Amino acid sequence: MREAIYLDYNATAPIRTGVIDSMAAAMQSVGNPSSVHSAGRKARKLVEEARSKVAALVGSRVRDVTFCSGGTEANNAVIRGSGAASVIVSAIEHDCSLAAAKLSGAPEFVLPVTPAGVADLGALEAILAEAPKPALVSIMLANNETGVIQPVKEIADIAKAAGAWVHTDAVQAAGKIDIDFNGLGVDYLTLSSHKLGGPQGVGAIVTSPRAPLAPLVAGGGQELGRRSGTENVAGIAGFGEAAIEAMAELGMTSDLAAKRDRFEQAVSEMSNEAILIGAGSPRTANTSCVAMPGVKGETQVMHFDLNGICVSSGSACSSGKVKVSHVLSAMGYADDVAEASIRVSLGRLTTDDEIDALIKAWRSLYERAASR
Amino acid sequence: MSVPLRGNHPMGMKRAYLDYQSTTPLDDQVLGAMMPYLTGKFGNPHSAEHNFGWEAEAALDVSREQVAAVINGQPEGVTLLSGATEANNLALKGVMEMRGQQRPHLVTVATEHKCILEAAHYCKLKGYQLTVLPVDQGGILDLNQLEDALTDETALVSVMAVNNEIGVIQPLKEIGALCRSKGVLFHTDAAQAFGKIPLDVIAMNIDLMSISGHKIYGPKGVGALYHRPGKDVTIAPQMHGGGQEGGLRAGTQAPALVAGLGKAASLCAADMAQEAGRINGLMTRFKRGLSAFAPAMRINGDELNRWAGNLNICFPGLDGNRLFADIRGLAVSSGAACASAVAEPSYVLAAIGVTQKDAKASLRIGIGRMTTDEEIDFAIAKIGQAVRNQGGCE
Repeated sequence: MREAIYLDYNATAPIRTGVIDSMAAAMQSVGNPSSVHSAGRKARKLVEEARSKVAALVGSRVRDVTFCSGGTEANNAVIRGSGAASVIVSAIEHDCSLAAAKLSGAPEFVLPVTPAGVADLGALEAILAEAPKPALVSIMLANNETGVIQPVKEIADIAKAAGAWVHTDAVQAAGKIDIDFNGLGVDYLTLSSHKLGGPQGVGAIVTSPRAPLAPLVAGGGQELGRRSGTENVAGIAGFGEAAIEAMAELGMTSDLAAKRDRFEQAVSEMSNEAILIGAGSPRTANTSCVAMPGVKGETQVMHFDLNGICVSSGSACSSGKVKVSHVLSAMGYADDVAEASIRVSLGRLTTDDEIDALIKAWRSLYERAASR
Repeated sequence: MSVPLRGNHPMGMKRAYLDYQSTTPLDDQVLGAMMPYLTGKFGNPHSAEHNFGWEAEAALDVSREQVAAVINGQPEGVTLLSGATEANNLALKGVMEMRGQQRPHLVTVATEHKCILEAAHYCKLKGYQLTVLPVDQGGILDLNQLEDALTDETALVSVMAVNNEIGVIQPLKEIGALCRSKGVLFHTDAAQAFGKIPLDVIAMNIDLMSISGHKIYGPKGVGALYHRPGKDVTIAPQMHGGGQEGGLRAGTQAPALVAGLGKAASLCAADMAQEAGRINGLMTRFKRGLSAFAPAMRINGDELNRWAGNLNICFPGLDGNRLFADIRGLAVSSGAACASAVAEPSYVLAAIGVTQKDAKASLRIGIGRMTTDEEIDFAIAKIGQAVRNQGGCE
């Protein structure tokens, strides 16, 4: 199926061959990493090597990385396990963070974003003054739909001054921008392996040494008691490999940005009505969120699919259920604009020819729509 | 069948893997089923808008059918998740959250896996009532005691199918019938039983069942919670988000892992009886051979109602530390693997009345699909020598 043009990297990225190799090697050896015999110690070594690699990706201490089943679990674990007296989530967080905040049991506050898709820092101060202390502020590092990068360091500074804990969901940022856990000043950072070209079913929670974390999954006490359950050894090994490969590619983001910008440039030239959502803000280099007014997102996605191009009309998880993007609504876009937008997300295997095909397909649909 | 610890030739054997309750080698056929999803079919199964997503989603449906078929269940009752620990957490916390208002009472057993006991304890902290029932000297739950413990307020009974340390099988059918007659939901942690002994969720009245991938020659990091589809088994999700798994468990599914779980399940089902017979033969050979060296050895746990792939043996009077030192090269364990770096005495052995001294002189042997006659003979020789080094056991 590699003939198809895959431009939905923010949903999941194609797995890396180096990752497959490292997983295949890990799957060749038996052993539960908690067993003390040699087979167990070998499995433990794979887990700990991967932990170092993931720590390197985000610049944290190795022991502060806790492996779990993915970004959703990681976000749930932090938001529901910090023990904070209130939870402040930005309006553009991933569904799983929004849902976890609702169910955390603590009062929930929603941090608005500006029309540019950036968290409103002034509003944050007001909310912090009102929210029961200590609060947990949860803000994503890069948005999955628009790619807009959030001022996490500034938010952390403001939140810290008010005695709050800070969590950043770095699922969409990791491997796309350089991340420095300590420099960001956050207490919790969450990661997903499959967005980096690692396997699905693995993620991580990075915690600062003093951040409280009640385990979401209780049991045998693995992962220093932070997450029970036998570790997914092969998956973790693959995650580690994906982390270092993604890190090595950070220098190539300008190529990616050039491809994305070429698409957006072409769109702007073709149409005055097209809206490049979030384009005025700092963004991850791979993401483009474009509205073609008057043409439903699903119609566009279908058109691209018929042309052999995979894009999406929002985040993947909502799985067929048609609803307006809460991210675009939060940015103040009317429903008709939000409904007419698609997300194109590029990645390491994206070629210039694929961008040409994308532009061509966009043009044919736009011209057809305009002629009606 | 491939040899254990691949690359280790059976002739001139220096080590053997006999710790199948801790984890099992990945079957080559399972790996084969996983590979397509690690390579070409890499899509997000929740991407409903393109072929990459549909391809991946199909893996989930096939896996659900394969898992359900092993236990006479329905595919829509299979919730795919990260492993048995998560399944057990979801079953206990999720059911108590839904039913706890009317029926705030939870019943489980002292010899359950740590994650059940921890999750049950969590429920107690949340204000629910908890009864932890004892077991008899064989490790089996007394049905009369269970019946006495059940009240109008009991929401859920959780009893594991096969014990991870001593291998004993609980009377699931009787427990299920009793629970059903009282309107109590019955959950069984079948991590060690699924695919190894016959389980029938209908005949046994099992409402919920936890399943693990890596205990059945499948991958680590995947498992399932089965629940009887219908209105009366409701579970509050413990992981919230994108609404996957019918809203019961959010998070992008891993098609490779899920395909591996399904394949592993169907391989187990294909020759369950035959494989159980083969393993029973190997274990009988092991017991017979070892008893020549250590006639005084004792089996911990009921000798009849057990999964043949497990044997927990005590060598009375032996120094446990020296015993373990002398059998280096044999991958066996002294108990449950989780966090076994912490050398706590086994609470399972304590619950069946084994003294701390005897518990220290006990070994858990776990065998399975890749275990060979050569490994068994190597283990007999190795353990036999270790027993002799200490002048035999009492």
